[in-house]
Amino acid sequence: MKHTVSITVNGVQQAHQVEARLLLVHYLRDVLGLTGTNIGCDTSQCGACTVHLDGLAVKSCTVLALQADGGSVETIEGLAKNGELHPMQQAFWEKHGLQCGFCTPGMIMAAIGLLESNPNPSDDQIRHALEGNYCRCTGYHNIVEAVKHVAAG
Amino acid sequence: MTDRAFGASIKRKEDPRLITGEARYLEDLNLTGTLHAAILRSPFAHARIKSIDTSKAAAHPGVVAVFTGHDFMDLNPLPAAWVVTGADVHTNTPRALEVEKVTHVGQGVAVVVAEDRYTAQDALGLIHVDWETLPVVVDAKMATEPGAPLVHENAPNNVCLDWSIGDQGATDQALGEADVVVRQSLVNQRLIPNPMEARGCMAQYDPAGQAYTVWMTSQAPHVMRLLMTAFVFGIPENKMRVISPQVGGGFGTKIFLYPEYVLVAALAKKVGAPVKWMETRSENYVATTHGRDHITDIEVGATKDGRIQGLKVHTFANLGGTLSTIATGIPTTLYGRLLSGAYKIPHFYCNVKGVYTNTSMVDAYRGAGRPEATYVVERAMDLVAAELGMDPSEIRRKNFIQPEDFPYAPADNILAGLKYDSGNYEGTLDLALNMVGYEDFRRKQAEARDQGRYLGIGFSSYIEICGVAPSAWIGLPGQGWGAGLWESANVRVHLTGKVVVTTGSQSHGQGLETTFAQIVADELGVPVDDITVEHSDTQGTPFGYGTYGSRSTAVGGIALYNSVQHIKEKAMKLGAYMLEAAEEDVVYDAAEGKVHVKGSPEQAKTIQEIALQAAVAYDLPAGMEAFLDYTSYYDPPNCTYPFGTHVCMVEVDVETGAVKILRYAAADDVGPQINPMIVEGQLHGGIAQGIGQALWEGAVYDERGQLVSGSMMDYSMPKAQFFPAIETGQTVTPSPTNPLGVKGAGEAGTIGAAPAVVNAVMDALSPFGIRHLDMPLTAEKVWRAVQQKGA
Repeated sequence: MKHTVSITVNGVQQAHQVEARLLLVHYLRDVLGLTGTNIGCDTSQCGACTVHLDGLAVKSCTVLALQADGGSVETIEGLAKNGELHPMQQAFWEKHGLQCGFCTPGMIMAAIGLLESNPNPSDDQIRHALEGNYCRCTGYHNIVEAVKHVAAG
Repeated sequence: MTDRAFGASIKRKEDPRLITGEARYLEDLNLTGTLHAAILRSPFAHARIKSIDTSKAAAHPGVVAVFTGHDFMDLNPLPAAWVVTGADVHTNTPRALEVEKVTHVGQGVAVVVAEDRYTAQDALGLIHVDWETLPVVVDAKMATEPGAPLVHENAPNNVCLDWSIGDQGATDQALGEADVVVRQSLVNQRLIPNPMEARGCMAQYDPAGQAYTVWMTSQAPHVMRLLMTAFVFGIPENKMRVISPQVGGGFGTKIFLYPEYVLVAALAKKVGAPVKWMETRSENYVATTHGRDHITDIEVGATKDGRIQGLKVHTFANLGGTLSTIATGIPTTLYGRLLSGAYKIPHFYCNVKGVYTNTSMVDAYRGAGRPEATYVVERAMDLVAAELGMDPSEIRRKNFIQPEDFPYAPADNILAGLKYDSGNYEGTLDLALNMVGYEDFRRKQAEARDQGRYLGIGFSSYIEICGVAPSAWIGLPGQGWGAGLWESANVRVHLTGKVVVTTGSQSHGQGLETTFAQIVADELGVPVDDITVEHSDTQGTPFGYGTYGSRSTAVGGIALYNSVQHIKEKAMKLGAYMLEAAEEDVVYDAAEGKVHVKGSPEQAKTIQEIALQAAVAYDLPAGMEAFLDYTSYYDPPNCTYPFGTHVCMVEVDVETGAVKILRYAAADDVGPQINPMIVEGQLHGGIAQGIGQALWEGAVYDERGQLVSGSMMDYSMPKAQFFPAIETGQTVTPSPTNPLGVKGAGEAGTIGAAPAVVNAVMDALSPFGIRHLDMPLTAEKVWRAVQQKGA
């Protein structure tokens, strides 16, 4: 049995018939073709699939598409506006905050979420706030640098 | 063009697609009509497959087909591509799906192909397997003892290989004559590499052309095609194209040919539609290779004043339930041959038993044998220093190979004819000591101890074998690698002056598209933005061996450099012709990207003008072919040997056992750096993985062969708050082996880090008389040790 789900994704109203068990991340990737949001685990640890749902950073592997019904989702694809990178995207690029790039979309979404709740975090606060997002390449060093760079304006 | 591209920390060319979500990883690919595969994996570590009933699964709505191993008996088992020389290797490798028995949890026995992945997964639960479970062994040392369960009939006592190097008699004599001999057992625990992207594969079969296209998460697409066509499928190599799309990290695990890649390609032909399989993280923990897993006994002898006289090493290396692609070379060539480390040690003996157990396959993981060797050597140095009451920095200084000793051949021919290329080991030790303020720390440490606080400092003065290549050395005449290890690069300067580079190497996060562009920009004098580096597709790139062993720049980068030299030679010939000058009267100005008449820079033709003339070919010198295009195959005469000293400072809370890293400083010498920002990033990540091993990570099996650390929930993947900021410094000692002097930087961090951290914790615990604890140094382990000694 399928259900209608209606979600605003990156500012565009979407409506589809989906199975009740469909995860939000699979809705974004397989139904909408927004493959920028990656899947790195199956136990909700890695955070690669982090998106914003109604302004909050959430792991989209742990939300059913139906739970997002009526909500607003922003993904990595929605960050750059009119060809201008979001400051967090720019900072990850400039500070070499990524290597293989697989965790990066989720990491950027989580980092933006952090600065929205705490615009001037300490190094320690940045590291703790990103505890739900794994990176295996960078040792987190330059990710922290990138977030600090954005916070410093 | 005034600033040199070589040595510039420019932003990476590959990043725009990665930070916007535009990059296409394996899971992002889709062809019309793609079907999805899900694999039924063994829940048992050792069991016979009596029968498999797939009828219910096959009848499930949305399921297209279900297959078992019997459906793929026309395919050979996977090849062992490196059968190390010097040992009688008893080879057992996996099949596309296992048929008779399984030897570890996670081996595939059946596959469902369905219209979507949810349905494929649902149908797995409808397959019934009648298992006959068998006795299990997981520990490599116990597996060799009498009465242990036998994993494979052809490997008595589960010994896959028994390999020795060095001079046993001379080493025994040296140890007998030494003033002190220290003996220690060391466990280098099994690690789960965990690239953030798991593995995956998609394949399409073209019946008219009888050809496969296979997309896979691979570090070595050309090698994968070779192994699949020539060894598994028995079809001509030109009947398969392998493409490695954007790859999300590998750390070695994506070098190898895996059963699923063979399976998915075969499925595409069987079902007549594109088939895709994406590994879940849970599958990745059991079906993708693990790393390390050594049980080692060392004996090291020294004079009273701290000169090492001999090192004897016995290692049980766990290879898992079957052999992965290059599994036999990792705990042998890439381990034993590095045991001299940074030191002049007169005698060695090393014996390695590679052992089958009922655990997941073990193969190369970042550093691959070299971290294990460095751990032995660097722990040995500290153990001897502690025995003699010497400062750990002093014992290193006393035994270092000196700059004038290069090229240096480690004793007893343990490096099998090669020599360390260049080094100044004391230079990085001095730099590291300065970075951390060593004397000051020792004062603070003494004060802290008076207050009941336990600080420690640890060193690791590592060397690394990088740019693993010389084909005659590593290959069949030498170490048994089944092919060559040179690398290729093609450079074409198009009509518009834009440059296209294709390489047989590959990039899965290291920034090769940027680094390689910098090599070309620096040599040819064209902007980095005018250069495109294409890789990872067997169609359109020259054959090459891929990326691992920190070899992309030191081998592939030199192939690229050499191609550019040939392009420049031709450009000079054509430039001279265009300038109506004699060939010997023109020079190539790489800073400006021009050919000009010697002494008259204004009489010049730009490389773009020359490329246009070469491409349109209206007016070329007699006998000159059109276009600026050259392909080089570079086979280096030697490996490269980066080195460094890492220093870790810790505080151990003896009430809880918790270890806190206060500072971590790394002084590395990887030769000249093409992009220091990228090199630093490689070091950061490598160091994090090394610290991870030292303090938190470790695969845990129970006695039934179940991986109890089988998910990201159970395995301690390091998080951001686990680490301090990492301090880096560098010295530059070029390698005389290649024209750029580059050495390689991909694995250095991992190799240096683990012993530095362990040595620091042992230093902190020395007041308790604790000499050694095995990794990971978890709070519980440290707390128990302190309690035991306290009581």
